[in-house]
Amino acid sequence: MSIKPGYTRPLDLKHGRVDMTHGSGGRAMAQLIHELFAAEFGNEWLAQGNDQAIVPPPGGRLAVATDGHVVSPLFFPGGDIGSLAVHGTVNDLAMGGATPLYLTVGFILEEGLPLADLARIVRSLAHAAREAGVAVITGDTKVVEQGKGDGVFITTTGIGVVPDGVNLSGHLAQPGDAVLVSGMLGDHGVAILSQREGLAFAADVVSDSAALHTLAAQLVAACPSLRLMRDPTRGGLATTLNEIAVQSGVGIRLDEAAIPVRPVVRAACEFLGLDPLYCANEGKLTAICAAADAPALLAAMRAHPLGQDAAIIGEVIADPRCFVRARTPFGGERLVDWLNGEMLPRIC
Amino acid sequence: MKYVDEFRDGHAARALAAEIAAVVQPDRLYRLMEFCGGHTHAIARYGLSALLPGNVELIHGPGCPVCVLPIGRLDGAIALALEHGVTLCTYGDTLRVPGSGRMSLYKARAAGGDVRMVYSVDDALALARAEPQRQVVFFAIGFETTTPPTALALLTARAEGLSNFSVYANHVLTPAAMRHLLASGDGVALDGFIGPSHVSTVIGSDAYADIARDSGKPVVITGFEPLDVLIGVRMLIEQINQGRAEVENQFIRAVTAAGNRKARQVVDEVFALRPAFDWRGLGEVAASALAIRPEWSTWDAEVKFGLTTHSVADNKACECGAILQGRKKPQDCKVFATVCTPDNPLGACMVSSEGACAAHYSYGRFVSKEPA
Repeated sequence: MSIKPGYTRPLDLKHGRVDMTHGSGGRAMAQLIHELFAAEFGNEWLAQGNDQAIVPPPGGRLAVATDGHVVSPLFFPGGDIGSLAVHGTVNDLAMGGATPLYLTVGFILEEGLPLADLARIVRSLAHAAREAGVAVITGDTKVVEQGKGDGVFITTTGIGVVPDGVNLSGHLAQPGDAVLVSGMLGDHGVAILSQREGLAFAADVVSDSAALHTLAAQLVAACPSLRLMRDPTRGGLATTLNEIAVQSGVGIRLDEAAIPVRPVVRAACEFLGLDPLYCANEGKLTAICAAADAPALLAAMRAHPLGQDAAIIGEVIADPRCFVRARTPFGGERLVDWLNGEMLPRIC
Repeated sequence: MKYVDEFRDGHAARALAAEIAAVVQPDRLYRLMEFCGGHTHAIARYGLSALLPGNVELIHGPGCPVCVLPIGRLDGAIALALEHGVTLCTYGDTLRVPGSGRMSLYKARAAGGDVRMVYSVDDALALARAEPQRQVVFFAIGFETTTPPTALALLTARAEGLSNFSVYANHVLTPAAMRHLLASGDGVALDGFIGPSHVSTVIGSDAYADIARDSGKPVVITGFEPLDVLIGVRMLIEQINQGRAEVENQFIRAVTAAGNRKARQVVDEVFALRPAFDWRGLGEVAASALAIRPEWSTWDAEVKFGLTTHSVADNKACECGAILQGRKKPQDCKVFATVCTPDNPLGACMVSSEGACAAHYSYGRFVSKEPA
């Protein structure tokens, strides 16, 4: 048997598992970084190989966002924790009108995680980053003992640049403004629930996880009176609108019949005792603009592949108590309150 | 959604609302209690109060199984998880109910207890089969609707010889609570009951006959969909106008006079009446709950783990009892929306979104028709 000088056995990405040495700072960690992370994320800044990435200053104001991802299961219909870790942070940047540029990634791995799963996640993350036009410029890896993590936790920080003249903020909504959403609500939340252990049910729902930066850029360009955009992730649209109402000191009145929700998501929520307005989304945004510009904003949304089911769903009203309410298709009106605690199913 | 949207049709609702407005006598007050949390939820979710005339008042009853679960029994569940080291399987909405010392099953889980949310008792059985080394306890709560599945699970456990599965039984009875409401204290300020929907599929509409007769208050068994509720309200108003106090059944697509005999047989095989049981908000109610029969004690978590239940009094400032009897409104209570909120509930009515106070907190606060 002839062995080439300097040969090291490569990572066993088929049958291997994460162990404590992969986070110890030693040779095993260097190998993991070299053979998996650097290979997948490869770019000039990562290749500097230093404790920090040094990048040129972009022109304009910086936008910075950070997000920890702890989804279970790690792989779900329509995505996985890797793509989600990119989309979540890129979308947070994009909602401020920023062009996403760079991403940093921190992995917390649980001892025993199959390296094949890790490789799949890393490839998915790299693919999502390329699609979103962001470079992974620096990262970190830690390993925790078995039982002290949920397979993989990923924290990403995104850096973007906001073009001059773009000023979007949650406190800018004014009475009379129109409220829009970019598409069907609740897909991600229901897709995840349908896969949960002990809760698995057959529903043809795929997570909407997607990077919204091109849609967001199109909306900024199309609508000069755009006040704000926000992605209704955890807590759903209801929570996001309550945040905006408080930030702007206004009320919001929704027309429930106009809110786009897939029949299968409605049905799943119906039998689980949940409300789609509180279900998470990972590829939708809500936008508020002057009422006169709402048709143009709606047209711009619908012109983008990620906004085809967009709709005008309500209006901003004057209300010092900052209530979000909904006119029900039934003819009544209800309060769409903050989510109380965690979203839990009702028993009867 | 087929067979759902039909019962939520706005045009039909407005027509019904107009009919109700036409039949109410303006000089009269119609105080109608919906017993069930499911009705409370439909009323809040669809904004039904706004469709009714001002003199038709809907009073939210104690029919929310999570709300009325007494602190002592919840403490028992927490003890099972933390002191006896069992895997406690529970319906999701019991997780945040506060027990003694502001403890809850959520907090018990954070403190290291193995507490798992399940959708059905079958999930708990499956867990017991899959992990024979664990003691799996199902925290059984609910009215007559959830009792038959619990009974079936015990039959299954016995048939399969599952010795690591047991049930902490807290099933309660609807008619007993209705009788208690009508009889206790200063009496009720109610004119009729919107009768239970799912509960009645099991116990049947005949189960309320003596309640209507003895109290002189009409009972209309009503479905949980918003149009059902409006029809039920109209039927009650007509009975009140005509001076009748009968049991009528609006929910004929699911409820019969006799109910589900087979389900009741299974329940009788496994469960026996407790002499009395504590209800959060109502106190001790005679013959209002079920215990596992002694011959099934192998699967009775209370026996198996030697649990003793202590009675814990409701907070003195809490007016739940009077609110559940329709004698006081949530906003009459000193602690309402101050120290008692949905995020930090003191009393039964604030515990779940279906409780009278929580419903008023979430819904009534912004409706101008009702005084805030």
